[in-house]
Amino acid sequence: MNRPQTLAEKILSQKAGRPVSPGELVVVEVDHAMTIDSIVPTVIDRLAYLEAEPWDPARVSLVFDHVAPPANVNVANAQKKGREWARRTGVNFFEVGRGICHQVLIEEGIARPGMLIVGSDSHSTTYGAVGAFGTGMGATDIALAVATGKTWLRVPESVKVVVRGRPRPGVSAKDAALEMVGRLGADGATYMAVEIHLEDGAEEAFGLSERMTLANLAMEAGAKAGLVVPSGEILRRYDIPGWLYPDEDARYEKTLVIDLAALTPRLSAPFFVDNVHPTAEYAGTPVDFVFVGTCTNGRIEDLRQVAEVLKGRRVAEGVRLLVVPASSEVLKQAMEEGVLQTLVEAGATVGTPGCGPCMGRHLGVAAEGERVVSTANRNFRGRMGAASAEVYLASPRTAALAALTGRIPGEEENP
Amino acid sequence: MNPTPHTSRVWKFGDDINTDDILPGKYAPFMVGEDRFQSYAFAHLRPEFAREVKPGDLLVFGKNAGLGSSREYAPEALKKLGIQATVAKSYARIFFRNLVNLGIVPFVSEEVVDRLNDGDRVSLDLATGRLVRGEEVFVLDPPPPFLLEALKAGSMLEYVRRHGGFPGG
Ligand code: SF4
Repeated sequence: MNRPQTLAEKILSQKAGRPVSPGELVVVEVDHAMTIDSIVPTVIDRLAYLEAEPWDPARVSLVFDHVAPPANVNVANAQKKGREWARRTGVNFFEVGRGICHQVLIEEGIARPGMLIVGSDSHSTTYGAVGAFGTGMGATDIALAVATGKTWLRVPESVKVVVRGRPRPGVSAKDAALEMVGRLGADGATYMAVEIHLEDGAEEAFGLSERMTLANLAMEAGAKAGLVVPSGEILRRYDIPGWLYPDEDARYEKTLVIDLAALTPRLSAPFFVDNVHPTAEYAGTPVDFVFVGTCTNGRIEDLRQVAEVLKGRRVAEGVRLLVVPASSEVLKQAMEEGVLQTLVEAGATVGTPGCGPCMGRHLGVAAEGERVVSTANRNFRGRMGAASAEVYLASPRTAALAALTGRIPGEEENP
Repeated sequence: MNPTPHTSRVWKFGDDINTDDILPGKYAPFMVGEDRFQSYAFAHLRPEFAREVKPGDLLVFGKNAGLGSSREYAPEALKKLGIQATVAKSYARIFFRNLVNLGIVPFVSEEVVDRLNDGDRVSLDLATGRLVRGEEVFVLDPPPPFLLEALKAGSMLEYVRRHGGFPGG
Protein backbone atom coordinates (compact mmCIF):
# COMPACT_ATOMS: atom_id res chain seq x y z
CA MET A 1 0.00 0.00 0.00
CA ASN A 2 1.21 3.49 -0.77
CA ARG A 3 1.50 5.90 2.09
CA PRO A 4 -1.30 8.49 2.26
CA GLN A 5 -0.51 11.59 0.20
CA THR A 6 -1.26 15.29 0.24
CA LEU A 7 -2.63 16.99 -2.86
CA ALA A 8 0.84 18.25 -3.80
CA GLU A 9 2.31 14.74 -3.44
CA LYS A 10 -0.54 13.34 -5.57
CA ILE A 11 0.15 15.73 -8.43
CA LEU A 12 3.93 15.34 -8.33
CA SER A 13 3.65 11.54 -8.13
CA GLN A 14 1.46 11.68 -11.22
CA LYS A 15 4.04 13.80 -13.06
CA ALA A 16 7.00 11.71 -11.88
CA GLY A 17 5.24 8.50 -12.86
CA ARG A 18 5.84 6.96 -9.41
CA PRO A 19 4.93 7.72 -5.81
CA VAL A 20 7.14 10.49 -4.43
CA SER A 21 7.65 11.67 -0.85
CA PRO A 22 8.46 15.05 0.70
CA GLY A 23 12.13 15.96 0.63
CA GLU A 24 12.93 14.02 -2.54
CA LEU A 25 14.50 15.88 -5.44
CA VAL A 26 12.65 14.74 -8.53
CA VAL A 27 12.71 15.50 -12.24
CA VAL A 28 9.11 15.76 -13.44
CA GLU A 29 7.17 16.47 -16.63
CA VAL A 30 5.50 19.87 -16.76
CA ASP A 31 2.10 20.48 -18.34
CA HIS A 32 2.60 24.15 -19.08
CA ALA A 33 5.33 26.78 -18.88
CA MET A 34 4.43 30.47 -18.66
CA THR A 35 6.53 33.58 -18.99
CA ILE A 36 5.97 37.33 -19.12
CA ASP A 37 7.19 40.49 -20.84
CA SER A 38 9.89 41.41 -18.34
CA ILE A 39 11.36 37.91 -18.13
CA VAL A 40 11.02 36.60 -21.69
CA PRO A 41 14.17 38.33 -23.04
CA THR A 42 16.25 36.31 -20.57
CA VAL A 43 14.31 33.13 -21.39
CA ILE A 44 15.06 33.69 -25.09
CA ASP A 45 18.75 34.31 -24.35
CA ARG A 46 18.97 31.16 -22.25
CA LEU A 47 17.23 29.11 -24.96
CA ALA A 48 19.70 30.47 -27.48
CA TYR A 49 22.54 29.51 -25.15
CA LEU A 50 21.04 26.02 -24.85
CA GLU A 51 20.49 25.98 -28.64
CA ALA A 52 16.94 24.81 -27.92
CA GLU A 53 13.43 25.44 -29.25
CA PRO A 54 10.19 25.05 -27.24
CA TRP A 55 9.54 21.35 -26.62
CA ASP A 56 5.83 21.88 -27.32
CA PRO A 57 4.72 25.43 -28.31
CA ALA A 58 1.08 24.66 -27.41
CA ARG A 59 2.23 24.13 -23.82
CA VAL A 60 4.10 27.43 -23.53
CA SER A 61 2.48 30.84 -22.95
CA LEU A 62 3.85 34.36 -23.11
CA VAL A 63 1.78 37.15 -21.53
CA PHE A 64 2.60 40.87 -21.70
CA ASP A 65 1.36 42.25 -18.41
CA HIS A 66 4.08 43.52 -16.11
CA VAL A 67 5.02 46.73 -17.89
CA ALA A 68 2.18 46.91 -20.34
CA PRO A 69 1.90 49.12 -22.28
CA PRO A 70 5.68 49.60 -22.35
CA ALA A 71 6.91 52.49 -20.19
CA ASN A 72 10.10 53.25 -22.11
CA VAL A 73 12.17 52.24 -25.12
CA ASN A 74 14.02 49.47 -23.29
CA VAL A 75 10.76 47.81 -22.32
CA ALA A 76 9.29 48.32 -25.78
CA ASN A 77 12.36 46.67 -27.29
CA ALA A 78 12.14 43.78 -24.84
CA GLN A 79 8.50 43.24 -25.78
CA LYS A 80 9.37 43.40 -29.46
CA LYS A 81 11.93 40.66 -28.91
CA GLY A 82 9.34 38.55 -27.08
CA ARG A 83 6.65 39.16 -29.66
CA GLU A 84 8.94 38.11 -32.52
CA TRP A 85 9.99 34.99 -30.64
CA ALA A 86 6.33 34.08 -29.99
CA ARG A 87 5.46 34.52 -33.68
CA ARG A 88 8.41 32.48 -34.80
CA THR A 89 7.91 29.60 -32.37
CA GLY A 90 4.10 29.55 -32.26
CA VAL A 91 3.78 29.60 -28.48
CA ASN A 92 0.52 30.98 -27.02
CA PHE A 93 0.85 34.74 -27.02
CA PHE A 94 -1.23 37.32 -25.15
CA GLU A 95 -0.61 40.95 -26.10
CA VAL A 96 -0.56 44.11 -24.00
CA GLY A 97 -4.04 44.67 -22.57
CA ARG A 98 -5.16 41.04 -22.44
CA GLY A 99 -4.43 40.95 -18.73
CA ILE A 100 -2.32 39.55 -15.90
CA CYS A 101 -0.67 36.23 -16.73
CA HIS A 102 -2.35 34.19 -13.96
CA GLN A 103 -5.78 35.60 -14.71
CA VAL A 104 -5.33 34.97 -18.44
CA LEU A 105 -4.19 31.35 -18.07
CA ILE A 106 -7.24 30.60 -15.96
CA GLU A 107 -9.68 32.49 -18.19
CA GLU A 108 -8.29 30.77 -21.27
CA GLY A 109 -8.78 27.35 -19.70
CA ILE A 110 -5.05 26.68 -20.03
CA ALA A 111 -4.67 26.08 -16.29
CA ARG A 112 -6.72 23.04 -15.33
CA PRO A 113 -7.06 20.71 -12.32
CA GLY A 114 -4.21 18.28 -11.74
CA MET A 115 -1.68 20.11 -13.91
CA LEU A 116 1.88 21.08 -13.06
CA ILE A 117 2.41 24.65 -14.27
CA VAL A 118 5.68 26.52 -13.96
CA GLY A 119 5.65 30.29 -14.40
CA SER A 120 8.32 32.96 -14.34
CA ASP A 121 6.31 34.85 -11.79
CA SER A 122 6.19 34.03 -8.12
CA HIS A 123 2.41 34.23 -7.90
CA SER A 124 2.08 31.21 -10.18
CA THR A 125 0.73 29.60 -7.01
CA THR A 126 -2.58 31.17 -8.16
CA TYR A 127 -3.25 28.13 -10.40
CA GLY A 128 -3.85 26.22 -7.20
CA ALA A 129 -7.33 27.79 -7.25
CA VAL A 130 -8.35 25.15 -9.81
CA GLY A 131 -6.37 22.36 -8.17
CA ALA A 132 -3.23 22.75 -10.30
CA PHE A 133 0.27 22.69 -8.83
CA GLY A 134 1.46 26.13 -9.94
CA THR A 135 4.88 27.30 -8.92
CA GLY A 136 7.04 30.32 -9.64
CA MET A 137 10.55 30.05 -10.98
CA GLY A 138 13.28 32.21 -12.46
CA ALA A 139 13.99 32.79 -16.14
CA THR A 140 16.60 30.05 -16.39
CA ASP A 141 14.23 27.51 -14.81
CA ILE A 142 11.55 28.46 -17.30
CA ALA A 143 13.98 28.25 -20.21
CA LEU A 144 15.02 24.78 -19.04
CA ALA A 145 11.34 23.74 -18.80
CA VAL A 146 10.53 25.23 -22.21
CA ALA A 147 13.50 23.42 -23.71
CA THR A 148 13.07 20.01 -22.07
CA GLY A 149 9.40 19.81 -21.01
CA LYS A 150 10.67 18.98 -17.55
CA THR A 151 11.77 20.60 -14.36
CA TRP A 152 13.44 19.59 -11.10
CA LEU A 153 11.64 20.01 -7.83
CA ARG A 154 12.01 19.15 -4.21
CA VAL A 155 8.76 17.43 -3.26
CA PRO A 156 7.33 19.77 -0.65
CA GLU A 157 5.93 19.04 2.75
CA SER A 158 2.44 20.46 3.15
CA VAL A 159 0.73 22.80 5.54
CA LYS A 160 -3.00 22.36 5.87
CA VAL A 161 -5.15 25.45 6.11
CA VAL A 162 -8.81 24.88 6.87
CA VAL A 163 -11.05 27.83 6.07
CA ARG A 164 -14.45 27.13 7.53
CA GLY A 165 -17.88 28.67 7.76
CA ARG A 166 -19.33 31.69 6.02
CA PRO A 167 -17.81 35.16 6.12
CA ARG A 168 -19.60 37.99 7.89
CA PRO A 169 -20.85 40.83 5.68
CA GLY A 170 -17.97 43.02 4.56
CA VAL A 171 -15.42 40.24 5.05
CA SER A 172 -13.92 38.60 1.97
CA ALA A 173 -11.43 36.00 0.82
CA LYS A 174 -8.71 38.67 0.99
CA ASP A 175 -9.26 39.07 4.72
CA ALA A 176 -8.99 35.30 5.13
CA ALA A 177 -5.90 35.21 2.92
CA LEU A 178 -4.17 37.97 4.91
CA GLU A 179 -5.09 36.21 8.14
CA MET A 180 -3.52 33.05 6.73
CA VAL A 181 -0.25 34.83 5.86
CA GLY A 182 -0.21 36.68 9.17
CA ARG A 183 -0.56 33.45 11.11
CA LEU A 184 1.84 31.40 8.99
CA GLY A 185 4.44 34.19 8.79
CA ALA A 186 6.47 35.21 5.73
CA ASP A 187 8.53 32.03 5.93
CA GLY A 188 5.93 29.84 7.60
CA ALA A 189 5.53 27.69 4.50
CA THR A 190 8.95 28.06 2.84
CA TYR A 191 9.59 25.08 0.54
CA MET A 192 6.14 23.76 1.42
CA ALA A 193 2.79 23.47 -0.27
CA VAL A 194 -0.13 25.19 1.40
CA GLU A 195 -3.17 22.97 1.00
CA ILE A 196 -6.37 24.90 1.56
CA HIS A 197 -9.57 23.10 2.54
CA LEU A 198 -12.81 25.03 2.32
CA GLU A 199 -15.39 23.56 4.69
CA ASP A 200 -18.74 24.13 6.41
CA GLY A 201 -20.07 26.64 3.89
CA ALA A 202 -16.77 28.18 2.76
CA GLU A 203 -16.69 25.84 -0.25
CA GLU A 204 -19.78 27.61 -1.61
CA ALA A 205 -18.99 31.09 -0.25
CA PHE A 206 -15.63 31.08 -2.06
CA GLY A 207 -15.80 30.46 -5.81
CA LEU A 208 -13.02 30.55 -8.39
CA SER A 209 -12.16 34.23 -7.86
CA GLU A 210 -11.88 33.91 -4.09
CA ARG A 211 -9.84 30.72 -4.42
CA MET A 212 -7.44 32.60 -6.67
CA THR A 213 -7.00 35.23 -3.93
CA LEU A 214 -6.19 32.52 -1.39
CA ALA A 215 -3.81 30.55 -3.63
CA ASN A 216 -2.15 33.80 -4.70
CA LEU A 217 -1.42 34.96 -1.13
CA ALA A 218 -0.07 31.52 -0.15
CA MET A 219 3.08 32.65 -1.94
CA GLU A 220 3.56 35.34 0.70
CA ALA A 221 4.06 32.66 3.33
CA GLY A 222 6.93 31.42 1.16
CA ALA A 223 4.92 28.55 -0.33
CA LYS A 224 6.03 26.66 -3.39
CA ALA A 225 2.39 26.00 -4.25
CA GLY A 226 -0.98 26.99 -2.82
CA LEU A 227 -3.51 24.30 -3.60
CA VAL A 228 -7.19 24.70 -2.92
CA VAL A 229 -8.84 21.28 -2.70
CA PRO A 230 -11.43 21.26 -5.54
CA SER A 231 -15.01 21.73 -4.33
CA GLY A 232 -18.02 23.93 -5.01
CA GLU A 233 -17.73 26.01 -8.18
CA ILE A 234 -14.59 24.17 -9.26
CA LEU A 235 -16.44 20.85 -9.46
CA ARG A 236 -19.08 22.48 -11.64
CA ARG A 237 -16.62 24.19 -13.98
CA TYR A 238 -13.96 21.53 -14.53
CA ASP A 239 -13.47 17.82 -15.05
CA ILE A 240 -11.56 16.72 -12.00
CA PRO A 241 -9.23 13.73 -12.41
CA GLY A 242 -10.27 10.92 -10.05
CA TRP A 243 -6.89 10.87 -8.29
CA LEU A 244 -6.94 14.58 -7.51
CA TYR A 245 -7.78 14.61 -3.82
CA PRO A 246 -5.62 14.43 -0.70
CA ASP A 247 -5.76 11.18 1.25
CA GLU A 248 -7.64 11.17 4.54
CA ASP A 249 -4.59 10.61 6.78
CA ALA A 250 -2.00 12.48 4.74
CA ARG A 251 0.79 14.04 6.81
CA TYR A 252 0.90 17.82 7.32
CA GLU A 253 3.65 19.83 8.97
CA LYS A 254 0.99 21.89 10.70
CA THR A 255 -2.67 22.72 10.47
CA LEU A 256 -4.21 26.14 10.71
CA VAL A 257 -7.94 26.78 11.07
CA ILE A 258 -9.51 30.06 10.01
CA ASP A 259 -13.07 30.50 11.19
CA LEU A 260 -14.79 32.88 8.80
CA ALA A 261 -17.67 33.55 11.16
CA ALA A 262 -15.23 35.11 13.63
CA LEU A 263 -13.02 36.92 11.11
CA THR A 264 -13.05 40.72 10.81
CA PRO A 265 -11.37 42.77 8.04
CA ARG A 266 -7.61 42.48 8.02
CA LEU A 267 -4.83 44.59 6.60
CA SER A 268 -1.15 44.09 6.12
CA ALA A 269 0.80 47.12 7.32
CA PRO A 270 4.18 48.22 5.90
CA PHE A 271 6.68 46.80 5.12
CA PHE A 272 6.01 43.08 5.40
CA VAL A 273 3.07 41.09 4.11
CA ASP A 274 2.86 39.05 7.32
CA ASN A 275 2.47 42.24 9.38
CA VAL A 276 -1.26 41.55 9.54
CA HIS A 277 -3.67 43.31 11.90
CA PRO A 278 -7.37 43.95 12.24
CA THR A 279 -8.07 46.87 9.91
CA ALA A 280 -9.74 48.68 12.81
CA GLU A 281 -6.37 49.04 14.57
CA TYR A 282 -5.39 51.48 11.84
CA ALA A 283 -8.74 53.26 11.62
CA GLY A 284 -8.43 56.93 10.73
CA THR A 285 -4.97 56.68 9.13
CA PRO A 286 -5.00 59.19 6.24
CA VAL A 287 -4.57 57.78 2.74
CA ASP A 288 -3.26 59.48 -0.41
CA PHE A 289 -3.70 56.80 -3.03
CA VAL A 290 -5.92 53.74 -3.42
CA PHE A 291 -5.09 51.01 -5.92
CA VAL A 292 -7.60 48.32 -6.83
CA GLY A 293 -6.32 45.59 -9.11
CA THR A 294 -3.65 42.87 -9.48
CA CYS A 295 -3.76 39.10 -9.70
CA THR A 296 -4.87 39.09 -6.06
CA ASN A 297 -7.97 41.26 -6.37
CA GLY A 298 -8.51 42.70 -9.85
CA ARG A 299 -11.43 40.51 -10.90
CA ILE A 300 -15.05 41.39 -11.57
CA GLU A 301 -16.06 40.16 -8.10
CA ASP A 302 -13.58 42.64 -6.62
CA LEU A 303 -14.60 45.56 -8.84
CA ARG A 304 -18.26 44.92 -7.98
CA GLN A 305 -17.47 45.29 -4.28
CA VAL A 306 -15.74 48.59 -4.92
CA ALA A 307 -18.63 49.82 -7.07
CA GLU A 308 -21.10 48.83 -4.38
CA VAL A 309 -19.37 51.11 -1.87
CA LEU A 310 -18.88 53.98 -4.32
CA LYS A 311 -22.24 53.89 -6.11
CA GLY A 312 -23.57 57.43 -6.39
CA ARG A 313 -20.73 58.81 -4.27
CA ARG A 314 -17.38 60.48 -4.88
CA VAL A 315 -13.84 59.62 -3.90
CA ALA A 316 -12.67 61.88 -1.03
CA GLU A 317 -11.00 65.16 -1.89
CA GLY A 318 -7.25 64.70 -2.21
CA VAL A 319 -7.37 60.92 -2.74
CA ARG A 320 -6.51 59.23 -6.03
CA LEU A 321 -8.32 56.02 -6.89
CA LEU A 322 -6.81 53.85 -9.59
CA VAL A 323 -8.63 50.75 -10.80
CA VAL A 324 -6.79 48.31 -13.06
CA PRO A 325 -8.88 45.33 -14.19
CA ALA A 326 -7.01 42.03 -14.12
CA SER A 327 -7.91 41.26 -17.73
CA SER A 328 -9.73 42.44 -20.83
CA GLU A 329 -12.54 40.02 -19.91
CA VAL A 330 -12.90 41.67 -16.52
CA LEU A 331 -12.89 45.10 -18.17
CA LYS A 332 -15.55 44.03 -20.64
CA GLN A 333 -17.75 42.57 -17.97
CA ALA A 334 -17.32 45.67 -15.81
CA MET A 335 -18.50 47.73 -18.78
CA GLU A 336 -21.50 45.50 -19.42
CA GLU A 337 -22.58 45.51 -15.78
CA GLY A 338 -22.24 49.27 -15.34
CA VAL A 339 -19.52 48.74 -12.73
CA LEU A 340 -17.10 50.75 -14.81
CA GLN A 341 -19.56 53.63 -15.14
CA THR A 342 -20.04 53.69 -11.36
CA LEU A 343 -16.30 53.71 -10.75
CA VAL A 344 -15.56 56.45 -13.26
CA GLU A 345 -18.45 58.59 -12.00
CA ALA A 346 -17.04 58.20 -8.49
CA GLY A 347 -13.76 59.68 -9.72
CA ALA A 348 -11.70 56.56 -10.37
CA THR A 349 -9.00 56.41 -13.02
CA VAL A 350 -9.06 53.16 -15.00
CA GLY A 351 -5.83 51.62 -16.29
CA THR A 352 -4.92 49.10 -18.98
CA PRO A 353 -5.61 45.49 -17.88
CA GLY A 354 -2.34 44.15 -16.51
CA CYS A 355 -0.25 44.55 -13.38
CA GLY A 356 -0.48 48.35 -13.22
CA PRO A 357 1.72 49.92 -10.53
CA CYS A 358 1.76 46.72 -8.41
CA MET A 359 5.52 46.61 -8.57
CA GLY A 360 6.24 50.27 -8.85
CA ARG A 361 7.44 50.49 -12.41
CA HIS A 362 4.78 52.54 -14.14
CA LEU A 363 1.16 53.69 -14.40
CA GLY A 364 0.83 55.32 -11.00
CA VAL A 365 3.77 54.82 -8.65
CA ALA A 366 3.67 56.25 -5.13
CA ALA A 367 5.59 59.37 -4.10
CA GLU A 368 7.86 59.78 -1.05
CA GLY A 369 5.95 59.52 2.19
CA GLU A 370 2.61 58.71 0.58
CA ARG A 371 0.23 56.23 2.14
CA VAL A 372 -1.32 53.72 -0.20
CA VAL A 373 -4.13 51.25 0.34
CA SER A 374 -3.73 48.51 -2.24
CA THR A 375 -5.55 45.26 -2.99
CA ALA A 376 -2.27 43.67 -4.12
CA ASN A 377 -0.14 41.09 -2.36
CA ARG A 378 3.13 42.84 -1.51
CA ASN A 379 4.09 45.88 0.52
CA PHE A 380 7.87 45.64 0.76
CA ARG A 381 9.75 48.92 1.07
CA GLY A 382 9.86 50.59 -2.35
CA ARG A 383 7.55 48.02 -3.93
CA MET A 384 5.12 50.56 -5.34
CA GLY A 385 7.56 53.41 -5.98
CA ALA A 386 9.25 55.60 -3.38
CA ALA A 387 11.07 53.77 -0.58
CA SER A 388 9.28 55.85 2.04
CA ALA A 389 5.80 55.21 0.59
CA GLU A 390 3.74 53.05 2.94
CA VAL A 391 1.61 50.37 1.32
CA TYR A 392 -1.28 48.84 3.28
CA LEU A 393 -2.70 45.68 1.73
CA ALA A 394 -6.41 45.15 2.18
CA SER A 395 -9.60 43.85 0.62
CA PRO A 396 -11.36 45.61 -2.27
CA ARG A 397 -14.09 46.72 0.12
CA THR A 398 -11.62 48.23 2.60
CA ALA A 399 -9.84 49.91 -0.33
CA ALA A 400 -13.14 51.37 -1.55
CA LEU A 401 -13.99 52.72 1.90
CA ALA A 402 -10.52 54.25 2.15
CA ALA A 403 -11.04 55.94 -1.23
CA LEU A 404 -14.42 57.22 -0.12
CA THR A 405 -13.30 58.69 3.20
CA GLY A 406 -9.60 59.32 2.65
CA ARG A 407 -8.88 57.22 5.73
CA ILE A 408 -8.46 53.60 6.69
CA PRO A 409 -11.96 52.59 7.76
CA GLY A 410 -12.89 51.66 11.33
CA GLU A 411 -15.28 49.09 12.77
CA GLU A 412 -18.42 51.13 12.19
CA GLU A 413 -17.91 51.45 8.42
CA ASN A 414 -16.31 48.07 7.99
CA PRO A 415 -18.22 45.67 10.24
CA MET B 1 32.96 25.87 -9.34
CA ASN B 2 36.17 27.66 -8.68
CA PRO B 3 38.29 25.14 -6.78
CA THR B 4 40.90 27.54 -5.45
CA PRO B 5 40.06 29.13 -2.13
CA HIS B 6 41.08 32.76 -1.86
CA THR B 7 40.66 35.45 0.74
CA SER B 8 37.45 37.36 0.48
CA ARG B 9 35.39 39.82 2.44
CA VAL B 10 32.19 38.86 4.23
CA TRP B 11 29.17 41.02 3.49
CA LYS B 12 26.64 40.20 6.16
CA PHE B 13 22.94 40.95 5.88
CA GLY B 14 20.02 40.23 8.21
CA ASP B 15 16.93 38.06 8.02
CA ASP B 16 14.26 38.33 5.32
CA ILE B 17 16.37 40.14 2.74
CA ASN B 18 14.09 40.25 -0.30
CA THR B 19 14.85 40.44 -4.00
CA ASP B 20 13.79 44.10 -3.99
CA ASP B 21 16.56 44.70 -1.43
CA ILE B 22 19.06 42.81 -3.56
CA LEU B 23 18.09 44.62 -6.74
CA PRO B 24 15.23 47.14 -6.61
CA GLY B 25 12.74 46.48 -9.42
CA LYS B 26 13.23 49.89 -10.93
CA TYR B 27 16.84 48.99 -11.70
CA ALA B 28 15.90 45.87 -13.66
CA PRO B 29 18.16 45.26 -16.67
CA PHE B 30 15.51 46.33 -19.14
CA MET B 31 14.93 49.53 -17.20
CA VAL B 32 18.55 50.64 -16.80
CA GLY B 33 20.43 48.49 -19.31
CA GLU B 34 21.89 44.98 -19.39
CA ASP B 35 25.40 46.21 -18.72
CA ARG B 36 24.61 48.47 -15.76
CA PHE B 37 21.98 46.89 -13.57
CA GLN B 38 24.45 45.11 -11.28
CA SER B 39 25.77 48.48 -10.13
CA TYR B 40 22.45 48.95 -8.27
CA ALA B 41 22.76 45.78 -6.17
CA PHE B 42 21.59 46.58 -2.61
CA ALA B 43 21.15 50.21 -3.74
CA HIS B 44 18.72 51.05 -0.90
CA LEU B 45 20.21 48.84 1.81
CA ARG B 46 23.99 49.18 1.32
CA PRO B 47 24.61 51.87 -1.30
CA GLU B 48 28.39 51.25 -1.12
CA PHE B 49 28.07 47.52 -1.85
CA ALA B 50 28.21 47.48 -5.64
CA ARG B 51 31.18 49.86 -5.63
CA GLU B 52 33.24 48.03 -3.05
CA VAL B 53 32.42 44.36 -3.57
CA LYS B 54 35.22 42.23 -5.05
CA PRO B 55 34.86 39.03 -7.08
CA GLY B 56 34.86 36.05 -4.71
CA ASP B 57 33.46 37.99 -1.74
CA LEU B 58 31.09 35.98 0.42
CA LEU B 59 27.49 37.02 1.01
CA VAL B 60 26.00 35.98 4.32
CA PHE B 61 22.27 36.15 5.02
CA GLY B 62 20.04 35.33 7.94
CA LYS B 63 16.86 33.34 7.47
CA ASN B 64 14.60 33.35 4.40
CA ALA B 65 17.21 34.93 2.12
CA GLY B 66 15.93 36.25 -1.20
CA LEU B 67 12.21 36.13 -0.52
CA GLY B 68 9.84 37.96 -2.82
CA SER B 69 9.79 38.29 -6.55
CA SER B 70 11.09 35.49 -8.76
CA ARG B 71 13.20 38.02 -10.62
CA GLU B 72 16.41 36.31 -11.57
CA TYR B 73 18.30 39.51 -12.23
CA ALA B 74 18.70 39.87 -8.45
CA PRO B 75 21.05 36.84 -8.22
CA GLU B 76 22.29 37.61 -11.72
CA ALA B 77 23.50 41.01 -10.50
CA LEU B 78 25.41 39.19 -7.75
CA LYS B 79 26.86 36.77 -10.29
CA LYS B 80 27.96 39.68 -12.46
CA LEU B 81 29.69 41.23 -9.46
CA GLY B 82 31.65 37.99 -9.07
CA ILE B 83 29.82 36.39 -6.13
CA GLN B 84 30.46 32.63 -6.16
CA ALA B 85 28.88 31.53 -2.91
CA THR B 86 26.40 32.53 -0.25
CA VAL B 87 25.75 31.25 3.25
CA ALA B 88 22.30 31.67 4.76
CA LYS B 89 20.31 30.29 7.66
CA SER B 90 17.64 29.48 5.07
CA TYR B 91 16.65 30.57 1.57
CA ALA B 92 13.41 31.48 -0.10
CA ARG B 93 12.75 28.75 -2.63
CA ILE B 94 12.99 30.61 -5.93
CA PHE B 95 16.13 32.47 -4.91
CA PHE B 96 17.77 29.15 -4.00
CA ARG B 97 16.89 27.71 -7.43
CA ASN B 98 18.19 30.79 -9.18
CA LEU B 99 21.50 30.54 -7.37
CA VAL B 100 21.90 26.91 -8.48
CA ASN B 101 20.82 27.70 -12.03
CA LEU B 102 23.36 30.51 -12.31
CA GLY B 103 26.15 28.70 -10.49
CA ILE B 104 26.38 30.47 -7.14
CA VAL B 105 26.85 27.84 -4.43
CA PRO B 106 24.11 28.22 -1.79
CA PHE B 107 25.45 26.96 1.54
CA VAL B 108 23.16 26.62 4.54
CA SER B 109 24.32 26.99 8.14
CA GLU B 110 22.73 28.64 11.17
CA GLU B 111 25.92 28.38 13.15
CA VAL B 112 28.32 29.79 10.60
CA VAL B 113 26.00 32.71 9.87
CA ASP B 114 25.87 33.55 13.56
CA ARG B 115 29.65 33.35 13.92
CA LEU B 116 30.58 35.45 10.89
CA ASN B 117 30.69 39.23 11.06
CA ASP B 118 30.42 41.83 8.38
CA GLY B 119 33.88 42.73 7.12
CA ASP B 120 35.53 39.44 8.18
CA ARG B 121 38.30 38.15 5.91
CA VAL B 122 37.75 34.50 5.09
CA SER B 123 38.72 31.88 2.55
CA LEU B 124 36.24 29.33 1.31
CA ASP B 125 36.82 26.15 -0.68
CA LEU B 126 33.66 25.81 -2.73
CA ALA B 127 34.06 22.10 -3.41
CA THR B 128 34.60 21.01 0.19
CA GLY B 129 32.82 23.81 2.05
CA ARG B 130 35.92 24.46 4.20
CA LEU B 131 35.74 28.02 5.47
CA VAL B 132 38.72 29.57 7.22
CA ARG B 133 38.82 32.78 9.25
CA GLY B 134 42.24 33.40 10.76
CA GLU B 135 42.86 30.36 12.98
CA GLU B 136 39.26 29.18 12.92
CA VAL B 137 37.93 26.52 10.55
CA PHE B 138 34.25 25.98 9.82
CA VAL B 139 32.85 23.26 7.60
CA LEU B 140 29.81 24.00 5.48
CA ASP B 141 27.79 21.04 4.21
CA PRO B 142 27.93 20.74 0.43
CA PRO B 143 24.60 20.90 -1.47
CA PRO B 144 22.80 17.55 -2.15
CA PRO B 145 24.39 15.31 -4.86
CA PHE B 146 21.84 16.22 -7.56
CA LEU B 147 22.65 19.91 -7.21
CA LEU B 148 26.34 19.34 -6.65
CA GLU B 149 26.55 17.54 -9.97
CA ALA B 150 25.04 20.57 -11.69
CA LEU B 151 27.24 23.03 -9.80
CA LYS B 152 30.34 21.05 -10.73
CA ALA B 153 29.41 21.61 -14.37
CA GLY B 154 29.31 25.35 -13.55
CA SER B 155 25.56 25.72 -13.07
CA MET B 156 22.31 23.89 -13.83
CA LEU B 157 22.14 25.80 -17.10
CA GLU B 158 25.60 24.62 -18.05
CA TYR B 159 24.74 21.03 -17.11
CA VAL B 160 21.63 20.91 -19.31
CA ARG B 161 23.50 22.58 -22.16
CA ARG B 162 26.14 19.88 -22.03
CA HIS B 163 23.92 16.89 -21.34
CA GLY B 164 20.58 17.90 -22.88
CA GLY B 165 18.74 17.06 -19.65
CA PHE B 166 18.87 17.27 -15.87
CA PRO B 167 21.25 15.26 -13.67
CA GLY B 168 19.72 11.81 -13.23
CA GLY B 169 16.69 12.79 -15.31
S1 SF4 C 1 -0.30 41.87 -10.50
FE1 SF4 C 1 1.47 42.24 -9.20
S2 SF4 C 1 1.78 40.35 -8.07
FE2 SF4 C 1 0.39 39.88 -9.77
S3 SF4 C 1 1.70 39.13 -11.41
FE3 SF4 C 1 1.47 41.34 -11.69
S4 SF4 C 1 3.20 42.30 -10.63
FE4 SF4 C 1 3.02 40.16 -9.91
